[in-house]
Amino acid sequence: MAVASAEKTAPPIRKSRGNFFTLQHWWGVLWVLPSLIAVMVFVYGFIGWTARVSVSAWKGLLADYTYVGFQNFTDLASDQRFAIDVQNTAIFTVVFVLGCLGIGLGLAILLDKGIRAEGFYRSLFLFPMAISFIVTGVVWRWLMNPARGDRLSGLNLVFDKLGLDFLVNSWHGTPTWGIAAVAIPAVWQMSGYTMALYLAGLRAVPESLREAARVDGASELQVYRKVVMPLIRPVTLSAIIILGHISLKVFDLIIAMAGKQVALDVPAIYMWTTTFDGFFFGRGAAIGIVLLLSVAVLVIPYLWYTLRQESDT
Amino acid sequence: MTGKKVFRFVAVLLALTLVAAACGDDSTSTTDGDTTATTLAGGAADEVEVFSWWTGGGEAAGLDAMIAVFATTDPNITFVNSAVAGGAGTNARAVLASRLQANDPPDSWQGHAGQELIGTYVAADQIEPLNFLYDQEGWLDVMPETLIPLISDGGNIYSVPVNIHRANVLWTNPTVLADNGIDIPASLDDFFAALDALQAAGMNAPLAMGEQWTSMHLMETIMLASLGADGWNGLWDGSVSWDSAEVTAALEAFDKVLDYTNSDASALSWQDAGQLVLDGDAAFNIMGDWAEGFYRELGMEPNADFGWAPVPGTGGLFQFLSDSFVLAKNAPHRDAAIAWLTVAGSLEGQDAFNPVKGSIPARSDGDRSLYGEYLLSAMDDWASDTVVGSLTHGVVANDSWKSEIDSALGLFLLDRDVAAFQTALVAAQTASG
Repeated sequence: MAVASAEKTAPPIRKSRGNFFTLQHWWGVLWVLPSLIAVMVFVYGFIGWTARVSVSAWKGLLADYTYVGFQNFTDLASDQRFAIDVQNTAIFTVVFVLGCLGIGLGLAILLDKGIRAEGFYRSLFLFPMAISFIVTGVVWRWLMNPARGDRLSGLNLVFDKLGLDFLVNSWHGTPTWGIAAVAIPAVWQMSGYTMALYLAGLRAVPESLREAARVDGASELQVYRKVVMPLIRPVTLSAIIILGHISLKVFDLIIAMAGKQVALDVPAIYMWTTTFDGFFFGRGAAIGIVLLLSVAVLVIPYLWYTLRQESDT
Repeated sequence: MTGKKVFRFVAVLLALTLVAAACGDDSTSTTDGDTTATTLAGGAADEVEVFSWWTGGGEAAGLDAMIAVFATTDPNITFVNSAVAGGAGTNARAVLASRLQANDPPDSWQGHAGQELIGTYVAADQIEPLNFLYDQEGWLDVMPETLIPLISDGGNIYSVPVNIHRANVLWTNPTVLADNGIDIPASLDDFFAALDALQAAGMNAPLAMGEQWTSMHLMETIMLASLGADGWNGLWDGSVSWDSAEVTAALEAFDKVLDYTNSDASALSWQDAGQLVLDGDAAFNIMGDWAEGFYRELGMEPNADFGWAPVPGTGGLFQFLSDSFVLAKNAPHRDAAIAWLTVAGSLEGQDAFNPVKGSIPARSDGDRSLYGEYLLSAMDDWASDTVVGSLTHGVVANDSWKSEIDSALGLFLLDRDVAAFQTALVAAQTASG
């Protein structure tokens, strides 16, 4: 159907299709060329360069690229610090993604109810997203200051004043749950964005469907659970993918909140320190490639799915 | 209807900016503050680009004082200050490494004397020998004999040291010690006895510690106390084995010391840890003598608000680090760089820099009237003590080795398994080559 109608309205394009080398086409190629070259060099070129370094024993300043095969990757597999990094990333991702989805959906449902000053609240919740992670980290470092006694500050001071002493905590100072505490500012920053995604999804659900469900005797909760939620599942999927790839790359937030320490380490930070503190460029590049592949595993199926959907419509 | 469409459009737009911002974030943290040029006014004939990580506090002020001296001795050379902030030099060295790889070196840069210099930049053939400058300026007569071998390789001298810092200092709260009837401990055993007494008196964490690099600093001073100067030096020249029983004993001592530290250490900077001592929340802190500069900045009185002594068990030993400046191979402005290094090694330059930075001059002929009570004691100790190098601050091990030790230490702080730690330290020596 769609193909037929496109053919009907497209004779002018057809005319030029036979003659590819028109001036117009050359202009088009010329305009796109610089960015095409830039992308080839600065994106794919450097990915290729990193891949090359990752199979070498390169030590940074020395020009010695001894080929070591997959040695750097097999070393990573038995590297205890990298194991902690992977575990930390898993904890961070779970807290971050679930937190953002839960809070984002909750806020979206509240706003969708058409409360007064909706626009104001929307901007309010979206506002943290405008701040960079590094600033969030600095602010929350203070909010989560672990100090006790006379030096209480931030959240601990609030809890102390409210008489909620049992909540006074070392937060990111404790190794076990430190990384989950670091994820909380990330949730604070990104749940407004998730709310915006969900709100767009909720608004796209036709009112007639909800009406029909209500007419059939569904309660408000059932309307959400049985009608609205299944329809906004694609929104959840995109949110998970976007949030998931952010959590794989998180770097600045953790550096700003907790500095460099193995307890709260993530692969991106390990990559940085081993490359630039230790001059193990080969190992750093291998971590980079592992990160790239993890992001690809998340993003490529998503791109494929959205592109297929677009070509369907 | 159109309102909803607009909102969806905005949401998509926000999504795009977010992705763009998230992609861009990684690079901003490194380029941030890349080159802040303090270009002096006037049509300068030449310029010199000097790279350091002194961007704040007494460090930047000290550098400025030395730049002021340079401006009087060489008024027609523009000083380009390419200091990069953050990460105790890590960020700066990342930028430096990428510039060296791109064959775009600054004329001169800051490098700790010792293996950070010899094992990294000299090994990579990035800097020029400076023997001619030492001959010309007569520096061999005024620079300490113990320091020269640490900045030399194969008979060549490679940098100009501007200062000396001491790493093995125990900072104390005199009031807390007096209230509990505790003398400044001289040996490790005395130290443990004092820590036990303070814990018994209700002070849960009598020894203040901060983020991970400060625990490496603590580790090396305790290891030095346990191993002695010869044992410590032997670890780095290969004459003492890392899997020996002495090392096990030293690591066990460190493990025991950790029992007396604060549980929130990883969330504190070295200044926060130093503050715990001032506030009387802890009795001791082990930190380099830049802590004295920090205390003075807060208006504290030496020997009243804070006291100091060598780390217990390291009396008569001076564990040092030294900031020095190098001459880049193929420096774009070689003559101007030599003029800068001449000032950095001169008496005027060092006496302008060090009282402000809070360190003692590398030269032995500094003007004592310019220095405060603590620094005078450090100058005396530097002249009479046995000098050993610091690990945390780049003297005894090259960057690769140090970073492997840092990983092993981070894991140890999590599991506190001494045997596994020692195995990892043996592996660290092999991995660094």
